[in-house]
Amino acid sequence: MSESERRGLRAATPADETGGPSSAPSPLGADPVVELEAAGVELGGRPVWSDLTLTVAPGEFLAVLGPNGAGKSTLLKTLLGLIPTASGRVRVAGRRPGVGNRDIGYLPQRRSFDPSLPVRGIDVVRLGLDGDRWGVPLRSTRPVRDRLEQLLELVGATDLAGRRIGQLSGGEQQRLLIAQALAREPRLLLLDEPLDSLDLANQAAVAALIADISDTEQIAVLIVAHDVNPVLPYVDRVLYLAGGRALVGAPEVVISGPTLSALYGTPIEVLRTSDGRLVVVGHPEAASYHPQLHPHEAPAG
Amino acid sequence: MLADGFTWDLGSDLHQLFQFHFMVNAYRAGTVVAVVAGLIGWFLVLRRQSFVGHTLAIIAFPGASGAVLIGISAAWGYFGFCVAGALVIGAVRRGRPGEFSEESAVVGTVQAFALACGFLFVTLYHGLLEDVNTLLFGSFLGITDAQVRTLLAVGLGALVALAVIARPLRFASIDPDVAAARGVPVRAVSTVFLVVVALAVAETSQITGALLVFSLLVVPPATAQAITARPVLSAALAVALALLATWVGLAISYFTDYPSGFTITTLAFAAYLLVHGARWMATGRHRLRLAR
Amino acid sequence: MSALATASGGLADFFAHPFVQRALLAGTGIAAASGLVGFFVVLRGQVFSGDLLSHVAFTGALAALAYGVDARVGLFVATVGVGVGLGILGERGHAGDVVIGSVFTWVLGLGVLFVSIYTTSTAASDSTASVHVLFGSIFGLTAGQAVVAASIGVAVSLAVVAIARPLLFASLDASVAQARGVPVRLLGVGFLGLVGVCAGEATQAVGALLLLGLIAAPAGAALRLTDRPWVAFWCSGALAVLAVWVGVAVSYLAPDIPPSFAIMATAAGCYAAAVVAGPRRRPAMRPRSPR
Repeated sequence: MSESERRGLRAATPADETGGPSSAPSPLGADPVVELEAAGVELGGRPVWSDLTLTVAPGEFLAVLGPNGAGKSTLLKTLLGLIPTASGRVRVAGRRPGVGNRDIGYLPQRRSFDPSLPVRGIDVVRLGLDGDRWGVPLRSTRPVRDRLEQLLELVGATDLAGRRIGQLSGGEQQRLLIAQALAREPRLLLLDEPLDSLDLANQAAVAALIADISDTEQIAVLIVAHDVNPVLPYVDRVLYLAGGRALVGAPEVVISGPTLSALYGTPIEVLRTSDGRLVVVGHPEAASYHPQLHPHEAPAG
Repeated sequence: MLADGFTWDLGSDLHQLFQFHFMVNAYRAGTVVAVVAGLIGWFLVLRRQSFVGHTLAIIAFPGASGAVLIGISAAWGYFGFCVAGALVIGAVRRGRPGEFSEESAVVGTVQAFALACGFLFVTLYHGLLEDVNTLLFGSFLGITDAQVRTLLAVGLGALVALAVIARPLRFASIDPDVAAARGVPVRAVSTVFLVVVALAVAETSQITGALLVFSLLVVPPATAQAITARPVLSAALAVALALLATWVGLAISYFTDYPSGFTITTLAFAAYLLVHGARWMATGRHRLRLAR
Repeated sequence: MSALATASGGLADFFAHPFVQRALLAGTGIAAASGLVGFFVVLRGQVFSGDLLSHVAFTGALAALAYGVDARVGLFVATVGVGVGLGILGERGHAGDVVIGSVFTWVLGLGVLFVSIYTTSTAASDSTASVHVLFGSIFGLTAGQAVVAASIGVAVSLAVVAIARPLLFASLDASVAQARGVPVRLLGVGFLGLVGVCAGEATQAVGALLLLGLIAAPAGAALRLTDRPWVAFWCSGALAVLAVWVGVAVSYLAPDIPPSFAIMATAAGCYAAAVVAGPRRRPAMRPRSPR
């Protein structure tokens, strides 16, 4: 086992956050957007994961991976303050995770909208701006309209604004929902399997969009995925959750046979296809994603 | 109103019960309806189409009152509207509760409009407003011999039709895709079944009233299916429970003047609660602990 | 010329009758509330709950009558109580059709019991009370009742307007709204309470059996007519008020036609018209994702 792999493995012992030599360094002086220190969470009395230590810098793009039930969505909810921590310390933008945190944009796992729902693309984005204020919106003011236009342009959804949300394709809906999440200039974007029900082309487009926004607006992004491949070109680091334990590091360090085998405790192989995709074989879950075979099927599990 | 009173001498009670011809007819009609509803409802519950029964029953109301208005026997109205409604209903897709779907607005509007029409017909007829209560909530008084004969004839017809399609229907209900692949004419069987349901609803409405059809059409079969998964046994149980609710319900109404709609419904529902309560106690607490 | 004169004369006559004035007063308040509340009921897929509330309204009102209390007390206690109860129980496992249907049926059966208690306890064998509860009595309101009904209607309308924006957010996107600080659960419970009050109100106008129509039809029509949620919201309220006014007018002109039917028919007619003549929509571009 090489030195870098061994160092990567060390991250499996909880207290250490160092992910190996290729982990992305924080920009000098910038306060971390997310800080977790030996944090642990329980659901229904059972620990989901524990002793998780992690910091995320502005503009960083982090993928959260792992099998079903590992607690990936739970991590997002913890950062949102929707689930309390059982142990350890969590800070988001320097503050305790609280509901209504204006600095966070959130995209939960979605169902699609009914086609006859009387809500347009622009209305969905508008909700991100002021949906939590009481009363009824009156005529949009100039600044509001400008901001909405700006957001729509940012996600490339200007011509989708006037159409009913339920009549748009999955990829188009996701763009608008991303615009909604960005409406209040968040510092952190939390995305829960946003590419799940999209076809390959859309996955690539939306992943590129998110990465681009993360870069230009210096927004930290935590993206939960069960398949890392669509975002692989853009991730700075990977957080791998499995069996209550966590690994953080560069993708090539974390997603490797020896590392994952140690994490799961059973033999895992990681294969790299000719076009650079990673396929994880042997972990105790339903079939892995085979992009060549079933390009349009939502991956099982 | 009617009886001298319930005594503990069951023989004398039964004698009292059947003193009057209308009660004999009530029991005859009730028996026919309970058997028809129990058997057909069994399939309805299996196919998770109980809401169809609800909608058809509501359509029964303007059907009956419309028929009376234009001077023909209410029975024609019941049967005609219900069958017509069944043929239309097949197409409406129902949304899931808790989610937006336009279908729910449509169904709500159609139901309300159907009831409004029924009310209009009754009002135009200048009939006794008593009729509204009877049409909606049933009554066991004044059931004629002719009515009993009609109920029997139509009921038999419906049951024969059901017997013919029973096996393919059960197959199609449990696994439509496999059934279709095996050559079962799923669409045709479903349509025939809807018509059979319409007839059952129309029959049941005449005893329980349009709004309480569930008490014989759905609740006893649901109770039976909760007791056992074995088809013949649960179908027989469905009929037995429906008969029990009807017979005892009618008797209670006779002796205490509580309305039959209330008594039959309550008996059926009580059995339902009993069975589900027992099951919940047996497995529920165990399940709850796991879920947490 | 004379046609106009008779028309305007007729119009003046129409408004001159106190029972018409009271019907319009109460009806407008009730309709505004029903239309605005109905928009969200349809949006949130809670028409079913509305159905249960209408059954409960009947039973509650008759229970009150059977024991000598003002029907409205039983009406509102039942509808608001069950409405809030439904909200608190929440979407905890959608009970199947069978359970819901059985409960609905039994609630009605209970109502029938109260009808018979009521009719046997009052000397007159009078079933008009139950018919009024089932099918409304908008022309039979006293001045006091009309004012109360109108005030409650206005209050409900204002309440819905006040919570409209976060309610829309919560209805479309509960998780995101929750993360943003919208009290999703509380709103849900409060909203169903409002629906309960609305059901109680509408029972006085069109009756327990028909109130679902006043809640669902204007909303259904509105969502057909426009893409914009807020336009649909106000439109729904407006159409409901229109239905009541037209219904009252028709029933006044043709006294054989009961007002609740006329109102319902207008509302349903609006919906049908919106479906047929409304802006044509292209079907969804792609089949929905399997999730």
